[in-house]
Amino acid sequence: MKVLVPVKRVIDYNVKVRVKADQTGVDLANVKMAMNPFCEIAVEEAVRQKEKGAVTEVVAVSIGPAQAQETLRTALAMGADRAILIQTDQDLEPLAVAKVLAAVIAEEAPGAVIMGKQAIDGDNNATGQMLSALLDWPQAAFASEIVLSADSAKVTREIDGGLQTVDVALPAVITADLRLNEPRYASLPNIMKAKKKPLDVKELSALGVDTAPRLTVVKVAEPPKRSGGVKVESAADIVSNLKTNGVI
Amino acid sequence: MAVLVFADHDNASLKDSTHKTVTAALALSGDVDVLVAGKGAGDVAKAAAGIAGVRKVLHAESDALGQGLAEAIASLVTPLMAGYDALLTPATSLGKSFSPRVAAKLDVAQITEVVEVVDGSTFVRPIYAGNALETVKSSDAKKVITVRATNFKAAGEGGSAAIETIEAGPGPGKTTFVDQQIVKSARPELAAAKIVVSGGRAMGSAEEFQRVIEPLADKLGAAVGASRAAVDAGYAPNDYQVGQTGKVVAPELYVAIGISGAIQHLAGMKDSKVIVAINKDGDAPIFQVADLGLVADYKSAVPELMDALAAAGK
Repeated sequence: MKVLVPVKRVIDYNVKVRVKADQTGVDLANVKMAMNPFCEIAVEEAVRQKEKGAVTEVVAVSIGPAQAQETLRTALAMGADRAILIQTDQDLEPLAVAKVLAAVIAEEAPGAVIMGKQAIDGDNNATGQMLSALLDWPQAAFASEIVLSADSAKVTREIDGGLQTVDVALPAVITADLRLNEPRYASLPNIMKAKKKPLDVKELSALGVDTAPRLTVVKVAEPPKRSGGVKVESAADIVSNLKTNGVI
Repeated sequence: MAVLVFADHDNASLKDSTHKTVTAALALSGDVDVLVAGKGAGDVAKAAAGIAGVRKVLHAESDALGQGLAEAIASLVTPLMAGYDALLTPATSLGKSFSPRVAAKLDVAQITEVVEVVDGSTFVRPIYAGNALETVKSSDAKKVITVRATNFKAAGEGGSAAIETIEAGPGPGKTTFVDQQIVKSARPELAAAKIVVSGGRAMGSAEEFQRVIEPLADKLGAAVGASRAAVDAGYAPNDYQVGQTGKVVAPELYVAIGISGAIQHLAGMKDSKVIVAINKDGDAPIFQVADLGLVADYKSAVPELMDALAAAGK
C-alpha cells in the first residue's frame, strides 16, 4: 500500500515568534524554519508502517515555497521514498491545501493519507478533516495508535476524557496526535542518501485548483501581557494569600 | 441571520461550553438554535432548551451520533446549514474533528478557536500557540466557526425554547465504532474546573505524578492537568494536557507544580484568574505569569502546602 504524507514547513517550534510592528503578520525574516512537529510524527508513523511491512511506499508532499524542498529532504532522510513539492509563494488556507492535496491524491491514488493533526503556525487543526470530507473518505483524527490491514485501519484516537477506537475502511485520512510515536533523528548516511531520492517539483498553477483565500487578515497583534506577581517565601504564604483574597 | 450552535455533552448532561458558545452566537444574531446530537440525550435537549436566549433546540438521535463519529455528525449538520448563516461549535476534540468536514462540504473556510467576535464576519483567533492574535474577516456566505469557550461568559438559564426532533442523517459511512475508554474520575472536568492543579516534567515518573499531584488536587477539589512535557514523557494521560495542543483552561485558581512554563503551556492557562507556581528554578518562565511564585523543590513544598491547607481548614 502506498501512503501519502503531507508535510509543512513552519517556524521551528523552539523559536519565539515576533509580531511585526505594522501588525501585518509575524516576522519570518531570518527565522529558523523546520518541519511542523505533528508532520514529523506522521512521517515517522508512515516509515514505521513500512518497516513493519504494512506499507510499500511512502510519498511525502509539501505545498509551499522552493525552500520547502528542505522539509521534504528531511522527510526523505527519515525514510520516505520520494517527494513532491507543489510550489507556490502564496500562503494557502486549510481548505485550499485540502483541495490541492485532493488533486495530488487523484494522481497518486494512495491507500491512506497520514498527516499531522495541526500545523503550529496557523493552529487550525482542519486540513485533514477537510481533505477527508472532499474525498468522501473516512477520517480518524488525533490518532495515538494505527493498525493497518489490507483494506482497513484500526485507529485509537485521543478524545476528551479518554480514548476511542474506530475502524475505518481504506482509503482513509488519519491525523497524528502527539503520542502516536517519537520521531527519529535522521542519521548522516540517511541524510546523504535522501539527496539522491526523487523529488518532483510542480507549479501550483499547473493543478488548476481554486486556492483563493476566504479570509482576509485584518491584523496580527501581540496578546495582552500578563505581569508576574510576587515571589513568596513558603507554602504557608501561598495559602494565607489565597485565603486573604478569597480564592480558596 | 440565524446561527446554529452545536451542543457539547456526554449524552447524559450538557456541558458549560455550550452556554459559552451560545454567548458567542448571540453576539452574531438573536436567532440562535442549538443542535443536540446524541443517543439517549433527551435530558441534554431539555437542558439546552433552558439556556437563556435560545430560540429552538434541534434534537437528533442515533448510535453513531452518540458515539461522536465525525462523519455522522457532519452529514447531519451539513444539510441543516441550508437554514443557517453560521455554525458555532465548542472547540472540543469532537468539535475539532467534525466542524472542518462541514466547512469543506459547504466550500467555506473554518475559523478556528475564535476568542472574540468583532462583528458578523470579523473574528479574533490565536495563532502560533497563542503568541499572536489574528483578526480575520471572512468573505464566505456562511461562517463555520469553532469557539474557544473559556473566552466567553456562560449564557444564563431561564429559557424555554421548543424542542424539535429531527432525523439523524445518513450515518457514519465507512467508519465503525469499536470501543471507547473514558477515564472515570470523581474530580471535576479539566476544562470546566474552578481549580486546576497541574504537574510538569519535574515529577520524573507517572508514580510520582500520582503521588504528588493527585492528593493536592483532591484536597482543593481541583481537576488535574499536566504540561505537554509530562504527557510526552508518559507521566500523565494525554487528556490531562493543558496547552495549545491540549486543553485551554481558565479556572479561578491554577496551581503549576514543577512546570517550567513553555510557551505552548502558557497558551493553555494564562487566562486563569490566579496562577500559583512552585518550581525550583527561579528563572523559569512560569514565574513571569504567576501571581504567587514559590522558588522551591516541589518535594518539600507540596507537603508543606498540604499541611498549610489542612491548617486552613481544607
